[in-house]
Amino acid sequence: MRLIFISLIALAIATAVGLGMTWTTSTRGVSFDAVSIGAWKAWPKTGTADIDPYARAAVARSGELPIGSGDGVAFLARNDEKGRPLDGRCDIAVSGITPAARFWTLTLYDTQGQLVSNSLQRYGFTSQEIVRNADGSFEIRIAPRSRTGNWLPTGGLDRYLLMMRLYDTPVGVSTRSQRDAPMPAITTVGCP
Amino acid sequence: MIRWLFAILGGLVLGGIVHLVSVLALPRVATKDAYSRLAPITNVNAVAQLPAAEPRNALLPFQDPAFATAVCRYDLSSGPLKFSVPVSQAYTSVSFYTRNEVAYYAINDRSAGRRIIELDLMTPEQRAELPEDEEITAADRLIIESPTPTGLIIIKALAAEPDLMPQARASLMAATCRPQSDQASR
Repeated sequence: MRLIFISLIALAIATAVGLGMTWTTSTRGVSFDAVSIGAWKAWPKTGTADIDPYARAAVARSGELPIGSGDGVAFLARNDEKGRPLDGRCDIAVSGITPAARFWTLTLYDTQGQLVSNSLQRYGFTSQEIVRNADGSFEIRIAPRSRTGNWLPTGGLDRYLLMMRLYDTPVGVSTRSQRDAPMPAITTVGCP
Repeated sequence: MIRWLFAILGGLVLGGIVHLVSVLALPRVATKDAYSRLAPITNVNAVAQLPAAEPRNALLPFQDPAFATAVCRYDLSSGPLKFSVPVSQAYTSVSFYTRNEVAYYAINDRSAGRRIIELDLMTPEQRAELPEDEEITAADRLIIESPTPTGLIIIKALAAEPDLMPQARASLMAATCRPQSDQASR
C-alpha cells in the first residue's frame, strides 16, 4: 500500500517537473546558440535545418514561421541596454547604425507577436523609409505621443517587443559580436 | 524517510525523461502550428495570398508588415512540384518549410540571379528516380529536395513603403506552384 502511494508521488513529481519544464522552455525560449549584441538577441540556427529541438518546440507552439537563413536574420529585443523592459508609456530611442544588409525592417509587437494598433497604422519602419543623419546613422523614437523625425507609436502598451530583421545579409551563424554586427543601441530616454 | 527520498529522486529523473520526450513530441502534436493555421485558407499545391497582418488579428505571430506574403501548401505524394515567381522590383524571397516548420531552404531574387525564380521541388526518392539525361538538362534548373512529403513554400515581396504594397501584392499574384505531371499530360 505504502509502495503504491510513494510510486504515485514519484509519478506526480515526474509529470509536474517534466511538463512544467517543457512549458517553460517552449514559451520563454532557451538561449542555445543565441547571438547577443547589446539589447538584441538572434537565433540564426533557427532558420536552418540545424534548428535545435527546443527552438522547434517553441516554433510549433507559437505558430510562427522562423525566417530562413537564405532570406535574413531576426534580432529580438525585450529590454533596453540597461536591462529595463521596453515600456510603451516611455520614450525609447533606437539609434546608431546597422550591420551590412540589403535592407532591414524594424517592427513593434506585443508580447504575443501581434502588431499594436495605432491611428497612423504604422507598425514599424523599413530602412528605406527613415530619415538619417548626414553620416548615415539614424534615431528612431518609440513613444506613445507623436515625436519629430522617425516616430514609432506604441499605442500606450505597457510591454512590447522590438524585432529588427536584416535581409540578404552576411550576418548569421558565424556572427559573434558587436564588431561583426553593429546593432543600434536601445535607450530609455524618459518615462512620465 | 529513505523511501521518500527515493520517490523524489525517482520523480525528478522521470520528470527529466518526460521533459525530453515531450519537447521532441511537441512539433508533432501541436495543433496551432503555422501549417495547421494556414491549412484552412490554402489549397494543396496552389498559391494563396496571405491576408495582411493586422493588429491583434494576424494569422501567424511575428509576421513582417513590410511584406506581401503568399503561401503554397504542397504535397509531393503524387509527384514533384514546379514552382515559379517573377521577382518584384524591390526584393522577393522564397522560403521552404517542412511539415513541422523547419526552414530547410530559402532563396532570394539576387541569389537566384534571374528575373524569374523557377525551381522544382521533390522528395529525395523522386530525385533519385530522375533519369540520367534529365539530370544533365537539370543543370540550369534548380532542384530542391524536401525532407518531408508535405510542407509550406512562403513567397514574400517587399513593400519598402506602405504605398508600394499594391505592387508587391501584384507581383505575387503571378506566382505558381503545380504538380509536374500536370504539364507532362498536356
